[in-house]
Amino acid sequence: MSEKVNPEQERVGVYVCHCGSNIAKVVDVEDVATWAADLPNVEVSRDYKFMCSSLGQDLIEEDIKEKGLTKVVVASCSPHMHEKTFRVACERGGLNPFMFEMANIREHDSWTTDDEVAATSKAKALTNAAIERVVHHQPLEQLPVEINPNTLVVGGGIAGISATLELANAGHHVYMVEREPTIGGHMAQLDKTFPTLDCSACILTPKMVDVGQHPNITLLTWSEVEKVDGFLGNFTVNVRKKARYVNEEHCTGCGICIEKCPFKVSDDIFEVGLSERKVIYRPFPQAVPKYPVIDKENCVYFQRGKCKACQIFCPTEPNSIEFEQEDEILSFDVGNIILATGYDLFDVKKIPQYGYGRLANVFTSLEFERMVNASGPTEGSIVLRDMESTPKSVAIVHCVGSRDENYHKYCSKVCCMYSLKFAHLVHERIPEAEVYNCYIDMRTPGKGYEEFYNRLLEEETNFIRGKVAEVTDAARIPEEEGKLIVQVEDTLIGRQRRVPVDMVILSPAMEARADSKEISQLFKMGCDFDGFFVERHPKLDPVATMTDGIYIAGACQGPKDVPDSVAQGAAAAARVAGLINLGTVMMEPVRASINQDECSGCKICNNMCPYNAIIFHEDREVSEVITALCQGCGTCVAACPSGVITGAHFTNDQLFSQIEGILWDVRPEKVTA
Amino acid sequence: MTEQFEPVIVGFLCNWCSYRAADLAGTARIHYAPNMRPIRVMCSGRVDPQFVLKALREGADGVLIAGCHPGECHYVNGNIKALRRFMLLKAMLRQMGVEEDRVQLLWASASEGIILARKVDQMTEEIRALGPLNWSEKVIGGNGHKVAVAEPVAEEV
Ligand SMILES: Cc1cc2nc3c(=O)[nH]c(=O)nc-3n(C[C@H](O)[C@H](O)[C@H](O)COP(=O)(O)OP(=O)(O)OC[C@H]3O[C@@H](n4cnc5c(N)ncnc54)[C@H](O)[C@@H]3O)c2cc1C
Ligand code: FES
Repeated sequence: MSEKVNPEQERVGVYVCHCGSNIAKVVDVEDVATWAADLPNVEVSRDYKFMCSSLGQDLIEEDIKEKGLTKVVVASCSPHMHEKTFRVACERGGLNPFMFEMANIREHDSWTTDDEVAATSKAKALTNAAIERVVHHQPLEQLPVEINPNTLVVGGGIAGISATLELANAGHHVYMVEREPTIGGHMAQLDKTFPTLDCSACILTPKMVDVGQHPNITLLTWSEVEKVDGFLGNFTVNVRKKARYVNEEHCTGCGICIEKCPFKVSDDIFEVGLSERKVIYRPFPQAVPKYPVIDKENCVYFQRGKCKACQIFCPTEPNSIEFEQEDEILSFDVGNIILATGYDLFDVKKIPQYGYGRLANVFTSLEFERMVNASGPTEGSIVLRDMESTPKSVAIVHCVGSRDENYHKYCSKVCCMYSLKFAHLVHERIPEAEVYNCYIDMRTPGKGYEEFYNRLLEEETNFIRGKVAEVTDAARIPEEEGKLIVQVEDTLIGRQRRVPVDMVILSPAMEARADSKEISQLFKMGCDFDGFFVERHPKLDPVATMTDGIYIAGACQGPKDVPDSVAQGAAAAARVAGLINLGTVMMEPVRASINQDECSGCKICNNMCPYNAIIFHEDREVSEVITALCQGCGTCVAACPSGVITGAHFTNDQLFSQIEGILWDVRPEKVTA
Repeated sequence: MTEQFEPVIVGFLCNWCSYRAADLAGTARIHYAPNMRPIRVMCSGRVDPQFVLKALREGADGVLIAGCHPGECHYVNGNIKALRRFMLLKAMLRQMGVEEDRVQLLWASASEGIILARKVDQMTEEIRALGPLNWSEKVIGGNGHKVAVAEPVAEEV
């Protein structure tokens, strides 16, 4: 490899840290330092109480200046702790910060054993590995990257809305892409929100209107991101804007077309199948934007060439209905991306013993939510599937598909609270009804949540602690005739119970979107086993992802209620705003590069790269890494059969030397390396 | 204790999950065998089979490659590439007469310090039972030459 350094001429300073007694108690630090002093290339070797203290850092700085050190090794804690500290100290001494290497003799050594002999010998191996590696280090420069001030937000639920408004109100331009014809997400379907029971629409619609009218927001509904290229600060996205067959410039949103459309289909999305909608439709009256969309699959004109009622009755001049409209592909540049794609509900049919789909009066939570909604299909009355009888008893089943080895092991976090909310709403609307909440554990952590639970206890809800085994209509005694029987073990009294009720509501798990894997691949970031997007750090970096410039907010990261989704939306916006304000950021120079003279043009690396950062020059038949796209994983370096890809700061020379160094005590006497 | 054979294991740990798992094991003061000597790579996908062979040739008795769980790789799927290379490498080592247990692959997330620690303990025991590797005798064979083994070319998938 084209190394510029001549290892023979390097002068290394070695500093072994006591870390108070954290290291020194187990590792004989003085022995390590004295031993290291005699190693090739080592100019000076010291041990010191606290290398990270300002005095410790001064030591390094002075030695660089006085002894002309060219490289520095500190044997102390994890590089994740103090690598930056010591790089800066080297820089102050006049060295390139990458002329430094750390040996982790605390987390990886002194803290893992009481065996002093073994710990000291391991410390020597790690220190020696660092010394042998560091002589091959080369100066590297951080890469400056400019941040495009525009941002893309994907998903117009409450999390996405919150992020978008924060950024737009701070003066930054946002493109919001929403897959459905309107923004609002799940929250638009809810009636009241726990624990304060304020009406969901009343708090959500003003925010939706803000998004629709904000001068800094380009709202693209009925649209999906198809392609994402680029990297932090410089992404190019392609968005498919699906044909609405309604001209957004001419349409006034008057709704006459909807009124006049002669055909209806079941509204499976917004009203979860509880009612019908027209073929040209707006999901709900307060939809943003207000323009309707034609459901092409069900439109009689599209299928049979006849009808055009909407066009005939459209009062605008020129006419807003455009049957010939086609999908449009829009392309624009953004600096950062926030994903807020939300969640799906667990398909309760996967648990057949709960009877959904087979027993008419078993409902899902979302169905119930629409039913209690004053603007929903029953205008707020709670009725059975016949759409008229009022239930006299209701059972609410918590944790359907959550906390269950067979489906999702995790707790969906919001179901206990909304199940309590449902119990309250039943008491409110049907005061004489008996309500049974069957729960595994009651989980109500949150401001005002436990108080809400106590309120329900006072409202005399029947709480049964136990997992429901079955919902059936097979009566055993006369009282069970014509009822749904909930079979549950009441673990508090240690008895099986059969509770006859008129209505059962299942509270299904919140799960990752069915397409979350594809979405994570599209944006080149990770999702976990359950399909939720993975944050950079579960505690300290909850809205950033492992990919620079891509942030996540809301239920796409894990089950979450509205307040948490809003907080994450705002947090992601703050992170992005910070970068926009900086204008330019510096990136780690750990990147791959291909020696163009020696590349054989085999293209093996091209497909290896998860970021499509390697392009192939057909004319010269060689591959090249686009430095700005490369994230520095080194997969291509390991894959190159000609060995002509260099991974900066993780070169083959550096790693081979490190391997030799780490095995100093067991190496067979000098095999030619 | 003194009589017991102490195997030397080189661990290639990815920066984002497994290296941090080892950090966490330390921070949580989980004690485990001091036999594994870690080397940090950015991603398990960076682990060139040559590194493993090099370590075995230079005196290691075993090699542990550790990365993020599938789906959690910081670089999308470097660990899957590591897995594929590992399968090929294993087939090759088998033919060279190197016992299966000497080279192992582990998924350990940043929160799984205990999993990493237990793996090191387990591997140490397994390799202790196998005894020293003695690459130059076992693999190169006793033909009397001190050979510089040609670096095997990284196979690809
Ligand atoms: C029955 C029920 C009752 C609830 N009651 C309450 C309550 O009382 N109080 C409370 O705090 N919480 C409640 N919740 C939870 C609440 O629904 C969520 O916390 C909240 O909706 C999460 O918001 P979000 O923006 O993350 O996701 P979502 O609301 O799911 O929004 C995501 C948006 O992204 C869009 N989208 C998805 N994928 C893409 C894509 N690839 N491209 C473009 N757009 C995409 C979707 O169409 C959607 O508009 C309840 C949940 C349920 C199921
Ligand atoms: S970063 Fe851990 S395996 Fe790729």
